[in-house]
Formats: sequence, structure tokens, C-alpha cells
Amino acid sequence: MTAPAAGPAAPTVPEPSHIGGESRRGDRVFFAMTGASGVLLVLTIIGIGIFLVVQAVPALRADTTNFLTTKEFLPEADKPTFGIAVLAFGTILTSLVAMVLAVPVALGVAIFVTQYAPRRLAGLLGGLVDLLAAVPSVVYGLWGIAFLNTHLQAVNKTLNATLGWFPLFGDTGGRYSRSILLASVVLAIMVLPIIAALTREVLLQVPSALSEAALALGATRWEAIRTAVLPPSRPGIVSAVMLGLGRALGETIAVALVLGTTPAITARILGPGGNTIAANIAAKFSEYAQAGRGALIATGLVLFVITFAVNALARVIVIRSARKRLG
Amino acid sequence: MSTATLSDSSVRPTRSVSTGALSGVGVLAVLVGTAVVQLAGGSNPALMVVVAGLAYLVLAPAVVLAVQGRRAAVDRLFTSLAWGSFLLALVPLVSVVALVVKNGAKRFDLDFLTHSMRGIGPRDAHGGAYHAIIGTLQQVGIASLIAIPIGLLAAVYVVEHGRGPLVSAVQFVTDVMTGVPSIVAGLFVFTFWVLALGQGFSGFAAALALAILMLPTVVRTTEVVLALVPDSLREAALALGVPRWKTVVRVVLPTAASGITTGVVLAIARVTGETAPLLLTALNFDSINTNPFQGQQAGLPSYVFAQAGQPQAAALDRAWAGALTLLLLVLLLNLVARLISRRTRLKG
Repeated sequence: MTAPAAGPAAPTVPEPSHIGGESRRGDRVFFAMTGASGVLLVLTIIGIGIFLVVQAVPALRADTTNFLTTKEFLPEADKPTFGIAVLAFGTILTSLVAMVLAVPVALGVAIFVTQYAPRRLAGLLGGLVDLLAAVPSVVYGLWGIAFLNTHLQAVNKTLNATLGWFPLFGDTGGRYSRSILLASVVLAIMVLPIIAALTREVLLQVPSALSEAALALGATRWEAIRTAVLPPSRPGIVSAVMLGLGRALGETIAVALVLGTTPAITARILGPGGNTIAANIAAKFSEYAQAGRGALIATGLVLFVITFAVNALARVIVIRSARKRLG
Repeated sequence: MSTATLSDSSVRPTRSVSTGALSGVGVLAVLVGTAVVQLAGGSNPALMVVVAGLAYLVLAPAVVLAVQGRRAAVDRLFTSLAWGSFLLALVPLVSVVALVVKNGAKRFDLDFLTHSMRGIGPRDAHGGAYHAIIGTLQQVGIASLIAIPIGLLAAVYVVEHGRGPLVSAVQFVTDVMTGVPSIVAGLFVFTFWVLALGQGFSGFAAALALAILMLPTVVRTTEVVLALVPDSLREAALALGVPRWKTVVRVVLPTAASGITTGVVLAIARVTGETAPLLLTALNFDSINTNPFQGQQAGLPSYVFAQAGQPQAAALDRAWAGALTLLLLVLLLNLVARLISRRTRLKG
């Protein structure tokens, strides 16, 4: 605008060059600030990696045994011996059992809210499930240890009595309190709303014309969902499940409150056993001194790498499917 | 619904199982559930509901199979499963809220809200969460002051810049940060702030960890809402000679304000309940500490965690009351977010 259109009552018009100069300076400052915020975000994630590595290395150097295979966790001994075997196994086992419990229900909830629930209520019902995600993890932990533990013991006992031949439900020496299954149930409840909400978004992306076409061809409602709605949603659902898994792997406080800790690798989920990386950090941090905390940081680094990989994989799945759709 | 009748009638137009018949099956399932449990010598109502539900899952498709055929029976089975999953998902929600209210009410009073834990052992009655409430308000407040401006600016960068290596890097990092476990954020602040910079444990350290957890949520929701602002608004402002930064601050952000506020409030609600990072950064503390920059400080979540870890009944009562306080705070924030989003013009 070299010659601004001055109306009859136009106020004094500043020099054009002045407008340009000021705005360009303002733009430069403003967008430098936005760029700096972006850079800060990137630096944070790099910083997490670097600082954890820097603090973990001395602890790992002091470790007298193999970090990956040792079951003991005694970083404060005269000859520090600690390994991640028990913790990594416990983390993966509790999360996998939680996923087995949560995924079918979460998918059912997402299908219900998007396909079966009355249109008008769908938003409200979905919001109700979202509320599950709003409950803090420490509250779930308290509920798990003070309420669910008592009730689940009877279930554990029955499962062992009737399905004891199944390896996971094997004999635990009569101890059913604070079981691995209890931790998994609590984890399942916590990841369920996350998977359900993400899957819901994915299902809503499918054009309704697809399922309407299936219905018009004589499909039942379920057949329409199975043949028209679910196939295009598959990558999105897989990525939702992966994100849920990432959350389960990293959950700390609920597990720390609920799980009885014994330093052993056992797949018998009806009794206490093992521990998770995250819960171990929360439980031991305040009692350990420098050497112990270094060891905890080393385990935290492993957790960071695992969850990073799981989340990155979830993102890759989504990007790939988007590319396939475009190409 | 018209689609329902379409699909039902397309299977076998002449006969179908009415809603009345299905509710008959439901009553039958309840009877089966009660009978089975009582015959087995039990009287647990929860068990009866479970057995009745399973009985319905079998009986309803069986009836439909007899009347309408296999395809309709499969359809009925999956309809019931979808309803069942939803109802099942509500069970823990109702149970948690009911128990927190019931057990929390015992100690949730003015005494609890206005006293700290100074000089009170796990066995003693009394004691409260005053110090923890102060801590949580300060920690979450500072975290918001850090995370909201940075998150907003980063989102503006991503949306208004369009393309470039830094844009995709920020988007990737936002995704990855969403998945960073809260305990790892706590460990990072411990290694960075406490160990490397030698700043010691404090409420501010906790706020730093909470800010890291808030950032991805703020960036992501702001990004989504900003992308919804029509380009015509930006173009109109730019055509009037308004500088780009002013276009963003005076036109784009206000248009998206309610959507952004909703996302921000939800992010605040999420970190209010975070416990793990507090344990590594502010530790816990029994007395009031009103200075977030100096010394250990309690927080409501770490208070609940500490009390729940004690075997004594008095401590457990405090844990429930603390949980009730925390839940009220978080649900209030969620309610606020929902009210704001209802007034929003740009829907995501």
C-alpha cells in the first residue's frame, strides 16, 4: 500500500515506510519469540536424554555386575550390584496384562459411543468415559489398595482354584494380596479412557457414507461396522493402543501403592511379585543417597528409551497410513 | 433410528425380535444370575450382576438366532457387547467416586483444610492438608506461568509458519513429549535443576517438572484450534496493513480464545493430579512452606501418597480426605473447561 486510500475523515496517516519498518521489527521480535519457544521445546527433550545419560553413566560404571541381566537391586552396597532384569520384566508383564484387559473394552466403548449410542447422548456418554482419565493416578492407587485389593483376592483365589493349570494363574503359595493382576487391573482402568478417546476420534474420521452404503446393501449394523468402519480405522486403532501401552509402561504412583514388591521374576500374576521401573524409582528415591539415586536414574533412562520407542512407533504407523491413503 | 429398522428388516423382513421380547430376556437373565449365585452358596450382588450380564450375552443372541437367523444373532451379540463395554467402563468410575466421597467425608472438614501435619504422627488423629493445598496451588500456578506462554508461542510458530525443519521437529517433539512418563520428567528436573545446577529441592523444581508435562498438551490443543481459524480473517487483517504479529495477537488468538482456554484448563487439571514428579523434586514436607523457591514443599498428590502408604487407620482416613480434596479440585477444573468449550464458536 504505497498510497493509502484516505477517506474524507481520515486521521493523520503515518509515513508508509514507517509502517513497514515498525511492523517488520515487530514481526521479527514476535516470530523470534515463537521460534525460541519451539527451540526450547526441542532442547527440553534432548536435555532429558543428555542429563539422564550423564547421571546414569557413573552409576553404571560402579555397578559390579551386568546391568541388563542382574536380578538384585542393591546399588548402595559396598560393591554395588544392581540390574534391571526384574524391573523390566515386571514393567512389561503388568502393562501387557493391562492391555489384554483394557483394549477389548476400550474398543467396545469407542464403537458404542460412535456407532450405537443415540446421537444426542453420544457426546455426553463419551465425556463420561473421559472423566475416568481425569481421576489422578494417586486416587486410583488409594482405591486399588484400600478397596479393590480385598475384593480381587477372592477372584484370584477362584481363578487359581479353577484355572490353575494355566501358567499365568499358577500357584502363588496362597498369597493373593497386592498381586500383579491387581496392578494390571488398575493400569487397565487408567489406560482405558485414553485408548477409547483416541479410537473414538479415529472412528469418527470414517465417512458415514461408507457404513450407510453397507447398510443399504443389506448388511446388519455389526456387519457394516466390521466391513466398512473398522478396516480403514485399523492403523489409527493400532496407534491408539500403542499410545495406551506407552502410558501403562510409564505409570508410577498407582503401581507403587498397589504392588507388593518381591525381587523375583515370576509370571504368576495372581500373587505378589516383581516391581516396575517407574514404581521402583518412586518407592526408593527418598531413602537412597547419591549412589542409589544414580542407579535409579539409569533405570529411568531405560524407561525413557522404551516409552520413546513405543510412542515413536505409534506415530510412524499413523504417518505411514496417511501416506498410503494419499499415494 | 431409520438405519436400525433398515438393517433389521433387511435380514428377514417378516419377523423380528421386539424390544419387549428382549427385555423379557433381560429379566430372565437377572433371574438366572440370582439363581446361579445362590445355588453356589453366594450372596454377592456384584457377582449376580456379572452372571446376569453373561447370561444375557448368551440368551439374547440365542433367541434372535431362533427367530431371525445367524446374521441377526451375531449383530445382537455385538450390540450387547458394545453396550456391555460401556457399562463396564463406568463401573470403576462410579466405584472410585463413591468411595472417595464416602471415605473422604469422614475427615473432610474445616479442621482438615486449615491444619498442616506438623508434629502429627501416622497414628494420631487430626492433622490436615493445608500445607499440601498451598504447595499444590503454588506449584501448579508457577507451572502454568511457565508452560502457557511457551506453549502458546510454540503453537503459533507451528501454525503461522507453515513449513520448515523446525516446524516438523516441534511437532515430532510435542508428540514424543506427550508420551514422556511423569516420573521421567521428575528425574530430568532432579538431574538438571537439583544436581547439575545445585538448586536443591523446592516447589519451583516441582513446577518445572509439571510445566514439562503441561507443555505438549498446551501446544497440541492450541495448534488444533489455531488451524481452525479461517485464513480469510488473517488475510483481511493483513490487507488492512496490520503487521503479522498484530494479526496473530489481536485477530487470530482472540478468535481461538475459548478453544485455547479449554485446552489450557484441561492441561492444568492433568498436572494437578501428578504425583510422581513431586516425589523427586519437592519431596514431601509435614509443615507449611509458603516459599516455593526454597526448601521441601508438600503437594496434595504427594500428601495422599504419603498417607496412603501408612498402615494406620488415621493416616488412611487422611489419605481419603486428601483424595476427595484433590478429586474436587480436578473435577472442578474439568467442569470449567467444559463450560468454556460449550461457548466456543470454533469446534475441534
